[in-house]
Amino acid sequence: MSANLSALFYLISGILFILALRGLSSPETSRQGNYFGIAGMAIAIIVTFLSIGSFSSGFIYVLIFLLVGGSIGAFIAFRIPMTAMPELVAGFHSLVGLAAVFVAISAFLKPEAFNLGIVGNIKLASLIEMSLGAAIGAITFSGSIIAFLKLRGIMSGAPITFKGQHIINLVLGLAIIFLIYYLCLSQSSNLFWSIILISFLVGVLLIIPIGGADMPVVISMLNSYSGWAAAGIGFTLENTALIITGALVGSSGAILSYIMCKGMNRSFFNVILGGWGATDQTSSSETKEQKPVKNGNADDAAFLMKNASSVIIVPGYGMAVAQAQHALREMVDALKKNGVKVSYAIHPVAGRMPGHMNVLLAEANVPYDEVFELEEINNDFANCDVAYVIGANDVTNPVAKSDPQSPIYGMPVLDVEKSKSVLFVKRSLSPGYAGIDNDLFYRDNTLMLFADAKKMTEEIVKSL
Amino acid sequence: MEIDPFIFRLSIFILSIFVGYYVVWSVTPSLHTPLMSVTNAISSVIIVGAIIAALAGSSESFFETSNIFGFLAIILAAVNIFGGFLVTQRMLQMYKKKKK
Repeated sequence: MSANLSALFYLISGILFILALRGLSSPETSRQGNYFGIAGMAIAIIVTFLSIGSFSSGFIYVLIFLLVGGSIGAFIAFRIPMTAMPELVAGFHSLVGLAAVFVAISAFLKPEAFNLGIVGNIKLASLIEMSLGAAIGAITFSGSIIAFLKLRGIMSGAPITFKGQHIINLVLGLAIIFLIYYLCLSQSSNLFWSIILISFLVGVLLIIPIGGADMPVVISMLNSYSGWAAAGIGFTLENTALIITGALVGSSGAILSYIMCKGMNRSFFNVILGGWGATDQTSSSETKEQKPVKNGNADDAAFLMKNASSVIIVPGYGMAVAQAQHALREMVDALKKNGVKVSYAIHPVAGRMPGHMNVLLAEANVPYDEVFELEEINNDFANCDVAYVIGANDVTNPVAKSDPQSPIYGMPVLDVEKSKSVLFVKRSLSPGYAGIDNDLFYRDNTLMLFADAKKMTEEIVKSL
Repeated sequence: MEIDPFIFRLSIFILSIFVGYYVVWSVTPSLHTPLMSVTNAISSVIIVGAIIAALAGSSESFFETSNIFGFLAIILAAVNIFGGFLVTQRMLQMYKKKKK
């Protein structure tokens, strides 16, 4: 196949990838979009085979490796529980990053196979592109590994900070740029290896100071990086499909990071430079006096909700941890039988990744037209009888609207306190991730339900 | 004067960023998780580079270091392609309108 023809086919697969993302604008078209994506991938792979042309014995090995990887991927995709999506996505990002590093290494070792010149005399532009691709890929790889370990709970979610952290990162970042510069001058392979090693280190250092609840930003950011890494390799290989995809994924991740930061009213740099949790957690808990709290049980909650005309459910990360989404669905079914109108309110940063709550509710067969975003539903709290807060905390804290001193001041929150009564399922009165007390606990219209989210919801179902 | 092909690729790249920007803003927030898994799957089109790397050189010597890195990259990208698209499909199957 001629180079021009295959370039056109790569363009087609790039367009199919655009359509795959376009499909996600509504759940109705999303499945079709996914098929476009698969078709685009199939075209890209087949065209690559055809453009290499000679079906040597190496071809068989490629197929074998493809199938080995494919079966591992398929196995994971079918077995993974929906609650583990955040760590799965982080894990997948790390693979893209590492694949980019490997392709870059291969291109560096054998540039003639990619028409990039010969060893020791690689074209300058290609050298810059492949070292950038390798560096970003390496950062994506090690950063995603850390994110994976944190999300999986193998590593503590608490931010790890030490003195001079940011200066070290800055120095390492500059070092990478200098090394790329000298690599262009000398073409020395030692410099190339050093760039990759330092980038691995940067990835680790970049993610360790970021705490658990900031993970939505981190995952989106790594998503973006994996795209830029792919684009870098795309320039090296002069491949349109890869360039288009890299740009799409890069901007997609960047937009998601922006949405997540906005959901917390924090700047991107504020998140990247380290978490809230590490700062003034102690000062706020020391000054806290014992305030009266109304304590309820499942029967009280069932009674309140059964006699309500509308209920809004506010799920958070705690629901994911307790795997309470199915019990929640049962509870809502029972309420609906009693003629109660039920809807769900999702805060943009609820959970550990963008859209985390929506996926869990969808898994529990909650129709997506009962699930609303913050702006869509926030005015409805004033007319609602009961708000059922399950596993969310900071995103409901009215302090964000009233106290300019508070670290979360200005963050958009769900106006839960405006509903006639609030049921708050929580294991204890401990503050949320931001380390601040939630005013909502002490309001007259709040009833605290101290229990595991799943157990409490199941008990409510029983008493309904 | 002739235009460097690099400029063409850069144009494609920049235009794609704009396309991505507008397309992603139109994605409904409830599908942000499938968006991440599908972008992850499509970025594995890097497998194109991995295949070229694996098959580079003469057929008698395709287990040189550079080929081995290519083969490793094929496995990683293949895990992602199959895993990414299938898990996306699995998630999207759950987003169905219920009859009331």
